[in-house]
Amino acid sequence: MKNLGYLFWAYTLIWIVLSAYLVSLSVRLSALSSQIRRLKSRLPGGE
Amino acid sequence: MEGPFRRLEAVLFPVTTILMIVCLYRVFLVVPNEVTMGVVQRIFYFHVPSAWVSFLAFFVVFLGSILFLWTRKAFWDVLAHAAAELGVVFCGIVLLTGPIWARPVWGTWWTWEARLTTTLVLELVYVAYLLLRGQAQNRAQEARLAAILGIVGFLDVPIIYFSVKLWRGHHPIVFKTGGGEGLAPVMLVTFMLCMLTFTLLFVLLLIQRLRLGMLRDELAGLLEREQLLEG
Repeated sequence: MKNLGYLFWAYTLIWIVLSAYLVSLSVRLSALSSQIRRLKSRLPGGE
Repeated sequence: MEGPFRRLEAVLFPVTTILMIVCLYRVFLVVPNEVTMGVVQRIFYFHVPSAWVSFLAFFVVFLGSILFLWTRKAFWDVLAHAAAELGVVFCGIVLLTGPIWARPVWGTWWTWEARLTTTLVLELVYVAYLLLRGQAQNRAQEARLAAILGIVGFLDVPIIYFSVKLWRGHHPIVFKTGGGEGLAPVMLVTFMLCMLTFTLLFVLLLIQRLRLGMLRDELAGLLEREQLLEG
């Protein structure tokens, strides 16, 4: 099929961008959550 | 706010995943090849919904920025910031898939025609918005300046939408009004399904990104409290 390579690269790039964003989001979320947990435990009245 | 978000996420995640699988199945196995462009036209089913979602995201930035300037409530600023980041991601997808589609159809990766140029300008404006947020002196100044840029930047969206009609370029008109042949029913159903799926994906990601913004605010508050206690 003509131009199949273009179709392959378009969809591959879409998934790479979306996956990279999801990974970055979850890394930032877990880093912030653990930082907040640490701080809360250090502060008086914290969990 | 956390409770309703969790419930919405619990519903949205499986629904969006299933819809995405159905979309991919229809795009690659159900819809026929378009007569003139052939197989490469299938890029359209993810390219246009990405453009739609980026416009939606920048509209949320516009709305959040107005509401922040009006009410001064931090939530609207966090919402605008979250939507701007998502808008840049989806607009980036548009700018990546567009040239890949253009190369076999137009014979060139890029042309400085109205819609492409204004879309690139939109992406650059909101990249500047995100960079600005990291450069301001304090939180209040950052939010105020970002809100102004968020409102002004959105003016480019209607220009992009009407650019094909205003300055006749290569870019096809997706939504035709009046006469003329549109998409075949099977293509239209697939396209609308992709639009719905991308909209739900946007809401799902927006909730996650909103949570990140709220955690940042919580952390800033805790750090302030710690400094007060130490000082």
